[in-house]
Amino acid sequence: MAHPKRKISKARRDKRRAHQAISEVTLAKCSNCGAFHKYHNACPECGYYRGRQVISINN
Amino acid sequence: MRHRVKGKGLSRTPAHRKATFRALTKALVKEHRIVTTVTKAKELRRFVEPLITRSKEDNNLNRKEVFSALQDKETVKSLFAEVGPAAGDRPGGYTRVIKIGHRQGDGAEMAVIELVDFNDVQPEAKETKKKKTRRAGKSSTKKATAPAAIEEVAVDNEAENVVEPIENASESNSVTESTKNIIETLEMNDDSAGEFSQKDSDEE
Repeated sequence: MAHPKRKISKARRDKRRAHQAISEVTLAKCSNCGAFHKYHNACPECGYYRGRQVISINN
Repeated sequence: MRHRVKGKGLSRTPAHRKATFRALTKALVKEHRIVTTVTKAKELRRFVEPLITRSKEDNNLNRKEVFSALQDKETVKSLFAEVGPAAGDRPGGYTRVIKIGHRQGDGAEMAVIELVDFNDVQPEAKETKKKKTRRAGKSSTKKATAPAAIEEVAVDNEAENVVEPIENASESNSVTESTKNIIETLEMNDDSAGEFSQKDSDEE
């Protein structure tokens, strides 16, 4: 079976990983409580989505 | 010519998938509102919506068709007694899927799927507002109203400015009151509903 001829150097390995960064999640401000929530998601703080209570939050 | 792209397999055999949709439908018809994964919720629409369309007209054939899909008398009964008539003239789109974040444990994205006809509270005003802002062509009318509102505020006395927020607060209170009641009835977990109402009163 084929095998790697050389160990991948740190530089080469890290260069490969240079493009693997995870992008930041875009957040929106809740119109009800002002907390941040993901777009197209109900607010995790107050449970509102588009001006309507969709889930109850029990803290 | 990529065939078999419709629908999601859900890592199940066809029989297992069918059983899953039956169970979810049974729960949805009974509770009018269930929490499941986004994928299942979205797939469930393909299964339930035709059944609700069938249940709008009560006749032998429709009942037979719906029963053959569900194999559950009680669900068929409540479909034709409640859900179908409530749908009325609605041309499809009987369900609403709202994402509610991730499940702890496996990190699956969760969603609420609900029957629109049983969960219509008061989003109408808000929704139409949002739709208006999205239309590029209608922005002119919005611009026309927005500066007028700002001018009004500027002209108004301080006393009136004080009165306005209070009115808004009472409005939002009544809104949360009505939604709270609905949620209390919908929630299986009474404790969570109680805690929620407590939190609400604190805010007041």
